[in-house]
Amino acid sequence: MSYPATASQTVGPYFRIGLSYLDSPALCTDAAPGEHITISGQVFDADGTPVTDGQLELWQADDQGRFAGYDPTERGAVSEGFVGFARVPLDERGAFKFHTVIPGSVPAPDGSVQAPHIVVMLSMRGLLKHLYSRIYFYGNPLNELDPVLTLVPTSRRQTLCAELVPGSTDAYLWKVRLQGDGETVFFQY
Amino acid sequence: MLELRKPFLPVQPGTQPDYLHPPYVSTILRSPSQPLIVVPQTLSELSGPVFGHAAIEKFDNDLTHQHSGEPMGERIIVHGRVLDENDRPVPGALVEVWQANAAGRYMHKTDQHAAPRDPNFSGAGRFLTDDEGYYRFTSIKPGAYPWGNHPNAWRPAHIHFSLFGAGLLTRLVTQMYFPGDPLLPYDPIYNCISDEQAKQRMISKFDLDATIPDTALGYRYDIILRGRNATPMENRK
Repeated sequence: MSYPATASQTVGPYFRIGLSYLDSPALCTDAAPGEHITISGQVFDADGTPVTDGQLELWQADDQGRFAGYDPTERGAVSEGFVGFARVPLDERGAFKFHTVIPGSVPAPDGSVQAPHIVVMLSMRGLLKHLYSRIYFYGNPLNELDPVLTLVPTSRRQTLCAELVPGSTDAYLWKVRLQGDGETVFFQY
Repeated sequence: MLELRKPFLPVQPGTQPDYLHPPYVSTILRSPSQPLIVVPQTLSELSGPVFGHAAIEKFDNDLTHQHSGEPMGERIIVHGRVLDENDRPVPGALVEVWQANAAGRYMHKTDQHAAPRDPNFSGAGRFLTDDEGYYRFTSIKPGAYPWGNHPNAWRPAHIHFSLFGAGLLTRLVTQMYFPGDPLLPYDPIYNCISDEQAKQRMISKFDLDATIPDTALGYRYDIILRGRNATPMENRK
């Protein structure tokens, strides 16, 4: 006899005692091929207060669009030095920062391609289940055709796009607003 | 790898919490106000990380032997299977657990509950399921503890579980409760699920067969991860 999936519950305020051993500031080593970047930002609640007791889990393809771990496409091993997953805690300012390479584009279910993106799973005290979001890269021409991004109302798409820090060529910024003005887009699958 | 191309089943109504659940006060400012945008499952979500034994250390499945002395409290064995909604075992799933000590205090700097810390209990462990989806660990029964959600609020005894199955959309964080806990009817986190049976499946079962005479009480806790549709996603690449 089969049952529906077990109900989700919040990670609560003390999850770091169980989960921090897997924290990582990077999804790849410095040796991985591709365009190396950092993405930093902050997470805010409805009042604009930084969320200090949460974490991001990040998942992305390598520079060639291949996934580590369970990859349904059997396109071979990922690039050397590429991991593709990281758990990144929010600090006392609600801030995070991680190092990665810009992912390659990944096939879409309709046979087209997806724009480069990083999948984000966000957990914190006060979230009864994690939130799914995506980080795209502002200005990438593939964004206009991306089968996920194009389902998002135009006025909200910028919440999913990391932007280069002014004057930088490799440091991106992506802010998360859980609720209210400029609320980040979250997905249901 | 055809199996991995099958999309995940839709969520069964009532069996998962909403983001906004006002009795749990912290959800009020942290839940999205806009509806989630429903999007297709793509390779980015059908794929997912694999965690090997490298991350697991010797006493990660025995929370009573991580220090020089023995922790205070009632020793327990918690065991069960990780299955999917298709009733198939999930092998190689990473299970991470964390919990309060027997007095109801976490080994965490922000836990200010005036109950004693236990220098012999860190309250964290991790392990992988075996080929049949089975897991087992040793711990002590966590204590209930007060929290600031509402006047005289107490969390029922619970152990936090975090799981990764095959594919990102199997990701699950839940809490395991204990049978007969009188605090359950009052707990807004346990009661965030509308489906009564789904709620009760978060309660472990006392298991005399898993009980080790003179040593530890056994509890059984099976966990179900999201299952897959019968039909693979097309992939023209």
